[in-house]
Amino acid sequence: MQYMLLIYSADDAGPQPGTPEFGKMMQGYMEFNKDATKAGTFVAGQPLQGASTATTLRLRNGRTETTDGPFAETKETLGGYYLLNCDDLDDALGWAAKIPTSEYGSIEVRPVMEIPT
Amino acid sequence: MVRLKFGQLWKSRLDDFLSRNIAMNDIASAYIVVENIIRKEWGRVLATLIKQFQDFELSEDALQDALLAALSTWPKNGLPDSPAAWLLTTAKRKAIDRLRRARTVREKQGEVLSNMEPEHSFDEEAGEQLDTAIQDERLMLIFTCCHPALPEQARIALTLKSITGMKTSEIARAYLVSEETMAQRIVRAKRKIKAANIPYKVPEGDQLDERLASVLTVIYLIFNEGYSATHGEDLIRRDLCNEAIRLTELLLTLTGDEREVRGLLALLLLHSSRLQARCSINGKLITLEQQDRTLWDRELIKRGLSILITTLTGGKKGKMGAFQIQAAISAAHTAAATYEQTNWREISMLYEKLYKYQPTPVVMLNGAVALSFAYGPNAGLAAIQQIEQEGDLRIYQPFYAAKADMLRRAGRIKEALTNYRKAVELSGNKTERDYLRKRLEQLASKIEQ
Repeated sequence: MQYMLLIYSADDAGPQPGTPEFGKMMQGYMEFNKDATKAGTFVAGQPLQGASTATTLRLRNGRTETTDGPFAETKETLGGYYLLNCDDLDDALGWAAKIPTSEYGSIEVRPVMEIPT
Repeated sequence: MVRLKFGQLWKSRLDDFLSRNIAMNDIASAYIVVENIIRKEWGRVLATLIKQFQDFELSEDALQDALLAALSTWPKNGLPDSPAAWLLTTAKRKAIDRLRRARTVREKQGEVLSNMEPEHSFDEEAGEQLDTAIQDERLMLIFTCCHPALPEQARIALTLKSITGMKTSEIARAYLVSEETMAQRIVRAKRKIKAANIPYKVPEGDQLDERLASVLTVIYLIFNEGYSATHGEDLIRRDLCNEAIRLTELLLTLTGDEREVRGLLALLLLHSSRLQARCSINGKLITLEQQDRTLWDRELIKRGLSILITTLTGGKKGKMGAFQIQAAISAAHTAAATYEQTNWREISMLYEKLYKYQPTPVVMLNGAVALSFAYGPNAGLAAIQQIEQEGDLRIYQPFYAAKADMLRRAGRIKEALTNYRKAVELSGNKTERDYLRKRLEQLASKIEQ
């Protein structure tokens, strides 16, 4: 079963680029990728550019409304994701706890809906 | 598919029996037998079914079918040797029937059916299954029901329903919500278990500590709702207290002497010992201070203390934790012959220790109360200043009640009155409110004199 792990954090939380801590965190992500791939769990995963680069679109009455910024104004914004193949929710939560950002941000774990083909 | 409520099912069965002139004795005894089996065996049988079918809804429906079958056959054919095994066997057949009928899960059906097609009566096999692996299966179901991915209220409801066999209507009554609301809550939780694939297993490794804590918290909340009902007219709902104790005893057997489980059991037994003394005949709250200590249940105290002592003297599995310390606090109260003789210094020290495990304003408040008795009301008032600054307890009735009491003892009557009024305003329980009002009136009349 596939789970989407959505990685949220505040811009000013956690290690900032250029510091040794940041390098350590990136190392953590590399290890996560290696481990998840080795376990056959990894399906996909990418970091996103900052929330300031986000654009939100809505189609209302046939007209598009385009606004700057993410969908919801919150302190924690979506910064990246993993799509993983897991046995069950506990397995997925186990992987979520290994994502370095879980130490200062939060990881939302959502089962992927299976569309019957 | 129409799902009849248990109550309706029983009533219709009863009517059916009556119309066929079956002796009243048989019906009554069938009733009692089934009722008892629901209470006693529901969790065991359900857990086994879920383990096998990996499906909450299907297992529960099948078990309901089996209970119905029991009601119609047992009065005629007599009670089977092992009612639980009979129920399990029948429920399995019913589950397979249901799977057969469900066209949409054809693939799953093939897989399950090939493993489980009953060849002949497997009462014997069912009996064995119930005897051997059963305990782990109930433990696994407790962990599923108390999974932190479910909302707290749903964890409580699901645990009561699945493990203790309480009916939805009973749980709804205990928590003063409509049966419909409670049924919705349970349905939504079961849906999430399925959709998010919350596993039916005992968590391992790093996850176990957090999850065991969640199970213990759910049980404690069930007990507390019974011990100090937050809603409604009754102060105590003893049935919830008893269910919580039963659950903890079961958990203790299943986890093999885990220290915090023992701590919780000791705590619940010690608290329970005061149930009778805590509530007057006309349903009024009697505080620890005013309780008739001869009404405390000595037997429960003895049991609670012996569990606590063997836990604290070590040699058991697991770590020190909040429930063991809370039990120690409760034990310190039982050791005092009168309220005045309470060892408040020991208790305030224990609260300090508890705060390390549970750094909450509520613990801080209770610690402040203990301090005020050990070292005078001003020491207590100084301690609650910190809570006040953080403002976490602004809508917490006991905060104002405790503060009012300390102010009264410190001779600051006017301020005490203001705080009593606030406490009355915030109280959601009638008995408690009446008690606070009485205090308020006594104090107000003192001023007038």
